[in-house]
Amino acid sequence: MDAVTSAAARIILICSGKGGVGKTTLTANLGIALAKLGERTVVLDADFGLRNLDLLLGLENRIVYTAQEVLAETCRLDQALVKHKQEPNLALLPAGNPRMLEWLTPDDMKKIVAMLAERFDYVLIDCPAGIEDGFKNAAAAAKEAIVITTPEVSAVRDADRVIGLLNTRGVAPVQLVLNRVRPKMMANQEMLAVDDVTDILALPLLGLVLEDEQVIVSTNRGEPLTLNGTASPAARAYQNVARRLRGENVPLIDPSKERQGLRAQLKRMLTKKIF
Amino acid sequence: MTVLDFINRMLGLSAPSASTAKQRLQLVLAHDRSDLNPELLEQMRREILEVVQRYVEIDIAEGDVTLETEDRVTALVANLPIKRARPLQPPLGRRLASAADAVNAGTSSPTPNSPELKPPGEAEAPATDADTRAPMPAWVSANED
Repeated sequence: MDAVTSAAARIILICSGKGGVGKTTLTANLGIALAKLGERTVVLDADFGLRNLDLLLGLENRIVYTAQEVLAETCRLDQALVKHKQEPNLALLPAGNPRMLEWLTPDDMKKIVAMLAERFDYVLIDCPAGIEDGFKNAAAAAKEAIVITTPEVSAVRDADRVIGLLNTRGVAPVQLVLNRVRPKMMANQEMLAVDDVTDILALPLLGLVLEDEQVIVSTNRGEPLTLNGTASPAARAYQNVARRLRGENVPLIDPSKERQGLRAQLKRMLTKKIF
Repeated sequence: MTVLDFINRMLGLSAPSASTAKQRLQLVLAHDRSDLNPELLEQMRREILEVVQRYVEIDIAEGDVTLETEDRVTALVANLPIKRARPLQPPLGRRLASAADAVNAGTSSPTPNSPELKPPGEAEAPATDADTRAPMPAWVSANED
């Protein structure tokens, strides 16, 4: 890791309010996708009570130190950073471990993020669920945010609370990723439409991720979908989020057209479960 | 969607749930964002209606005060059909002046002649002793000229 100072590191909080909507999956996939695009990226797991980012990245056996030891100066930052083997542009830093005696404070968070911002282009902060202390810690150092939600009433409501908090903290821009979209249900009007969600939350849409079984397969293996360049819909969606973050103009998919076309039909035939 | 759902939808027995979800969300978010619970909103509605009734005769049954949200801005929307204006009311400036009198006179001011309900003639003659009153602010006297 060279010590060249980034001109302006992007410090992005990834949050949702509600748990289980895909924060950590997005952080892992986005981290890999950005690293593949040549960006020096670090993912910071701010959810130290229930940390899982290491597991999704397949790095769970390689964590020795955490941000807490760095702050206590019992180790150097580069000792605590866990570099991804296949994608050396990506590093993981857990904020702490579940057995931690003292909780990190917002000031600790600012210190550690400032250290990371010196040597990375992107600092992705995986925020814990909820809007209490864990959120406040994680949000303390964030400059911008990605709110991820699903087209369900509870997830959208919680996202709205989080957006309100981000606005009062002056975090901007705040962009939206809509996860686990089911085109068929949307077509049948049995799921909130994409426009409904963006209208209600009044955020620009950064990405649209279709419901994809491959996500579960990839978490089983600890290999994010974006790592191996698979053509699954979710992998493409995460790659597109990364490209849009860098300022590329990538058109959003249209869920209503996602299931049509000869190629899609052929693919469905080939990927159809036969037993 | 199951076959049964489809039949129900065709027969108009069940509406698509997405629109229900949207309506419920918009309502709950308007309340979340304003931090008003339904009880407080109802109390506010009653008080707003009371105030408006002093000025105009309104249709209470039709009167409606709701929260509406658009683009993350929550607005309090009052829809109050007016039957007719109340003819006996003094102009607003007068009543503000007499209200100011009541405030300046302190707590000794007798409450029965509440300033809002006084006919125009009486508005300038409060029951309290004129000497104890503080001088009127400029905007009040300007209004009485």
